[in-house]
Amino acid sequence: MDARGFTAGLKAGTSIAIGYFPIALTFGLLAKTTGLSIIEATAMSIFVFAGAAQYISLSLIAAGVAPAVIVLNTFIVNIRHFLMTAALNEKMQPEARWKKAIYAFGVTDESFSVLATQKGGRLRTAFAAGVILISYGSWVIFTAIGHLIGANLPQFLQASMSIALYAMFVGLLVPSMRGNRKVVSLAVIAALTNSFFYFTEWLSTGWAIMVSTLVSAVFVELISPKEVKS
Amino acid sequence: MGGWFWWMIFGMAAVTYLPRAIPLTFLEGRELPLPVQHVLRNIPYAVLGALIFPAIFFVQENVWFGVIGAAAAFGIAFAGADVMVVVLGSIAILAVYSLIF
Repeated sequence: MDARGFTAGLKAGTSIAIGYFPIALTFGLLAKTTGLSIIEATAMSIFVFAGAAQYISLSLIAAGVAPAVIVLNTFIVNIRHFLMTAALNEKMQPEARWKKAIYAFGVTDESFSVLATQKGGRLRTAFAAGVILISYGSWVIFTAIGHLIGANLPQFLQASMSIALYAMFVGLLVPSMRGNRKVVSLAVIAALTNSFFYFTEWLSTGWAIMVSTLVSAVFVELISPKEVKS
Repeated sequence: MGGWFWWMIFGMAAVTYLPRAIPLTFLEGRELPLPVQHVLRNIPYAVLGALIFPAIFFVQENVWFGVIGAAAAFGIAFAGADVMVVVLGSIAILAVYSLIF
């Protein structure tokens, strides 16, 4: 098992915290212009903690869509996390169910990516707690600050920081790709499938990510049953 | 916002939490069939491919932003840099680009 604990988790989660900063700030700002109070905006980040779903909910609120439809939409956007947490379970140390039920709250696309791509054996719960806490803290605090100051970063900084989370995904993926054709195939096939869904508009983003991930993971397993190095 | 807003937040929180919590708690201590375990081990790398493409190209309306950002991130990552360096380096390169153009 991997020996790293809480502090190492905080460090590993720092790039998520940086990436959330501009997105949470803008979310707070947009929430304000949509008519949410600072309490309401921050409460959404505290209780929901799902970037894409929260952004969509704002545009639906502004369009006067029924709350039940917004909830249903949130579910659809987040169904992909069934797949991610099932995969994450293979990477985590055995642990009491109530502790897993607590850290499950903090599994986002980003924290999943950081946790699931760590080298070595199974991860300690304390390490996951560190990754999640720093991500969650950034998300909640910068939502409140975005609403409070009601202004965005200077345009050039806002624009350049919008690459942050994608750069992080690249930084997590590339080291595993080196000398591992299976990892390359997995990423490339999922990327192509997802792009196909994007340009044909056959599936919405949440479904597209889930279906292309599953298609790639199963297909590559069938053609190349050799294990991926973890 | 009225009282409906808090009900909506409660609903959103529940439907976001369940897909995260059910697999982690239900699968604890259960041994899945080997082929399923292997597919699950493939998921992280497939997810990354799908999360990066094509969204990385559309971070801004100007698609060049995404193209340059993607090239910067892959370039720095292939040079062997740590994740944090990839993130900060890509931001810095785009900041310079947007200040010049």
